Amino acid sequence: MAHEATMSPLAHADDHGGEHHHESPNVFGFWLYLMTDCVLFGSIFAAFAVLRNQYAGGPSGKELFDLTNVGIETAILLFSSITYGFASLNALAKNKTMVLVWLAITFVLGASFVGLELKEFSSMIAEGNGPDRSAFLSAFFTLVGTHGLHVTCGLIWMAVLMVQMMGPQDLSERMMNKLACLSLFWHFLDIVWICVFSFVYLAGVM
Amino acid sequence: MAQAHTAHDGSHGSYSAYLIGFVLAVILTVASFAAVMTHALSPGMALAALTVLAVVQIIVHLVFFLHLNTSSEQSWNLMCFIFAAATVVVIIGGTLFIMHDTAINMMSR
Amino acid sequence: MLGKLSFSAIPLDVPILVGTFLGVAVIGLAVLGAVTYYGKWGYLWRDWLTTVDHKRLAVMYIILAIVMLFRGFADAIMMRTQLALAYKGNPGYLPPHHYDQVFSAHGTIMIFFMAMAFMTGLMNLVVPLQIGARDVAFPFLNSLSFYMTLVGALLINISLFIGEFAQCGWLVYPPLSEMQFSPGVGVDYYIWAVQISGVGTLLTGVNFFTTIVKMRAPGMGWMQMPVFTWTAFCTTVLIMASFPVLTVTLGLLSLDRYLGMHFFTNDAGGNVMLYLSMIWTWGHPEVYILVIPAFGVFSEVTATFSQKPLFGYKTMVYATCSIMVLSFVVWVHHFFTMGAGANVNTFFGIMTMIIAVPTGVKIFNWLFTMYKGRVEFTAPMYWTIGFMITFSIGGMTGVMLAMPAADWILHNSLFLIAHFHNVIIGGVYFGYIAGMGFWFPKAFGFKLNETWGKRAFWCWFVGFYLAFVPLYVLGLEGMTRRMNHYDNPDWYPWMLAAEAGAIVIALGIVCQLTQLYVSIRDRNLPENLDLTGDPWNGRTLEWSISSPPPAYNFAVIPDIHGLDTFHTEKQLGLKAHGKPLAPIHMPKNTSAGVFIGLFSFILGFASIWYIWWLAAIGLIGIVATMILRSANRDVDYYVPVSEIEHNEEVYSRRIAAAQAAE
Repeated sequence: MAHEATMSPLAHADDHGGEHHHESPNVFGFWLYLMTDCVLFGSIFAAFAVLRNQYAGGPSGKELFDLTNVGIETAILLFSSITYGFASLNALAKNKTMVLVWLAITFVLGASFVGLELKEFSSMIAEGNGPDRSAFLSAFFTLVGTHGLHVTCGLIWMAVLMVQMMGPQDLSERMMNKLACLSLFWHFLDIVWICVFSFVYLAGVM
Repeated sequence: MAQAHTAHDGSHGSYSAYLIGFVLAVILTVASFAAVMTHALSPGMALAALTVLAVVQIIVHLVFFLHLNTSSEQSWNLMCFIFAAATVVVIIGGTLFIMHDTAINMMSR
Repeated sequence: MLGKLSFSAIPLDVPILVGTFLGVAVIGLAVLGAVTYYGKWGYLWRDWLTTVDHKRLAVMYIILAIVMLFRGFADAIMMRTQLALAYKGNPGYLPPHHYDQVFSAHGTIMIFFMAMAFMTGLMNLVVPLQIGARDVAFPFLNSLSFYMTLVGALLINISLFIGEFAQCGWLVYPPLSEMQFSPGVGVDYYIWAVQISGVGTLLTGVNFFTTIVKMRAPGMGWMQMPVFTWTAFCTTVLIMASFPVLTVTLGLLSLDRYLGMHFFTNDAGGNVMLYLSMIWTWGHPEVYILVIPAFGVFSEVTATFSQKPLFGYKTMVYATCSIMVLSFVVWVHHFFTMGAGANVNTFFGIMTMIIAVPTGVKIFNWLFTMYKGRVEFTAPMYWTIGFMITFSIGGMTGVMLAMPAADWILHNSLFLIAHFHNVIIGGVYFGYIAGMGFWFPKAFGFKLNETWGKRAFWCWFVGFYLAFVPLYVLGLEGMTRRMNHYDNPDWYPWMLAAEAGAIVIALGIVCQLTQLYVSIRDRNLPENLDLTGDPWNGRTLEWSISSPPPAYNFAVIPDIHGLDTFHTEKQLGLKAHGKPLAPIHMPKNTSAGVFIGLFSFILGFASIWYIWWLAAIGLIGIVATMILRSANRDVDYYVPVSEIEHNEEVYSRRIAAAQAAE
């Protein structure tokens, strides 16, 4: 254990195109950020769990949630996961065109997910069941909205990377690290979504 | 595309790994939805089933999509994840424990 | 157009604030004028403001912390003076509206912008040097973290002169902090200042954790790591595990305030008690985030000045780690009286008492390190011994408060105030000042004046007891915290004593300023200069290089063979390794941190005042700066061998000069 962790500070700096067996500290640092994000979502889940029954005379999840919509959203995210995976594999094979194609497909899937979520939110608000209706709805909108906000950030990031990839950064070592970080981010959001559809939507309609 | 089989380095996955993960994830997701939508289980049982399925699906995603494994290269990532997961359990469990107990004790809910 | 902002937001009717503003303006103009007069703007920008060098960031953090100490202490002595006056019909000089802002600002500033900034500064200065690294893992993020902290501090201080600050205590408990009861901008100032600096703290946590895990010198296994680095490591773990909870808690409160949600409101199903539980889920680890690095400082100081290896290194490490874990399961002891049942309170009470065990282990380790050592009574050692006495007392009153039954009597009384000042001043503050004295020569190349350091210690030590023992008594007599005025004649003499204590502490701060002045004035005296880079006969790697170190720290990365390798090799008379020099890969300075900080400030200030177009500009600015930064490919450079050789030669000449002087 000690041996693995005693990489010299020079190691990551000086063997640029050399061996790739050491994971970049950037990817590790990003993994740590994701762990803090995990705690962040955990706290929102805790708040949701405490407030899940506080309808204040307003509608409950049973009356509000449309499971078909949730099913479609889940399917979109699952598909976007493997399409991103295919982009990663093509990046390793240095096939830039295919990376861009798969990223574009992932982007469209992600954007449609956000679109569906916005549609769900706006119809709920239009019916007077907005986040200010009850503590339950505050927690619902905040939890699902935070996930949606993360997906939106991921989309912006993806767009930036696609543009940069077409420029001088190409598929450089640095770009590969960025792609690896975004990959972790994107798949991590899937994991959060598993908890959302299980404990917010499905448990909410029981 | 077919020639792009570069999975000599296991930690970056391969087409087959992504596809296996995808199929498993679909099965688990459908099972979750079915557990609730068919009303075959009592609410308590359904919640338990949801929890088990969610945990299994999280592990599937971690292994097949985030390429988390027990290799020495990944040991720190794994350790950090376990610590983060433990923290989340303490936060959610502790909050529910405290708030539930308070609600009972104060007869406020 | 300007949201809630108008001229009436400037408190021209409060003479204290107008006077403060004039004072700050005069000092500010004097500083800016001096920089302009001496033509130092370019130097300041190139070498300091845009730096990514962890040592310079450390200096900036600690300067910020010292400035915030003045602000926080001014608040403290104002409160003490108010309570020394406001007795029996005399309303004192601070009306409740102002007084409430003062105590809220005092706590917020001291924790977030004094203690956190000081702690981060010490970590920045020491950790990379102790593990033999050339910088932190993410030097740019390090600069960004600093600017996030700075922006938070700026926002909180601007609230003095534009608008108002929160009036609901340093953790802004709802429902008082909800829109319904605090419609002003005070709570918004609090939220944005703490949120923005919280982002910086979180990034620091990620950064230093990665640095310690991935960048230790070859051969430095976990059990060869210096104790201060160990404590920094535990602190980063706590930061990463707890600061997201703070972000969420304050985020939910701002959703309540800005979007009319119902997390913590009295109506529509909101739950005030959820806020208490969540904020303390962060809040308790937070106090350990502050004190654990102080334990690290005491360990280094005790071992060095006792001229012995630290007694029980391994137990010290295990104790630190168990404190780290336990600190996550004790948070209910901050609100035993909330109304949870006996099983909840018992569980958390017992867990709290258990923390005293590893802490006791540490105290004994320090004592046994001193035992039969050749103790040099330097100023850092004074602070350390003062800590051991004061912190033990604070710890014992803490165990008293850990008993739910006793806590029901003492909750929110001045007894509690005395307890946590006892551990925070006696543990955290004494520790950071000891650390500052200990590592000051490393950062600047000359020592701090000992005489004035000891005077400062005695003033703080005596002043502390004079100011806070009366509060223990007052707490037992039933006086609650945050009181604006009172009628009980029994309390009056104790309040006068506490005021006297605050004045003695003020003298201590004056001594510290004098110490800085005298040390800078006499920096070239031979007894003050640190030519060897090892002024205290130190044990760890940071003393193996010149003071101040070159930007790249280590010309050659040292090989580590065990704990205190540097000290062992020094004893054996081993010469520095003759490894060949190679060009050193280093990060370039960047202004991206400054600009992201600037746009964060705009975002925060505009959101506080509901100036939404300006907030949008701030947000877009942040994102645009990050994208530009990620497109910048000119981020690093190599230090040529000739420059390293030159620096090494200068350093050996200085060592030779020091040996000749002996």
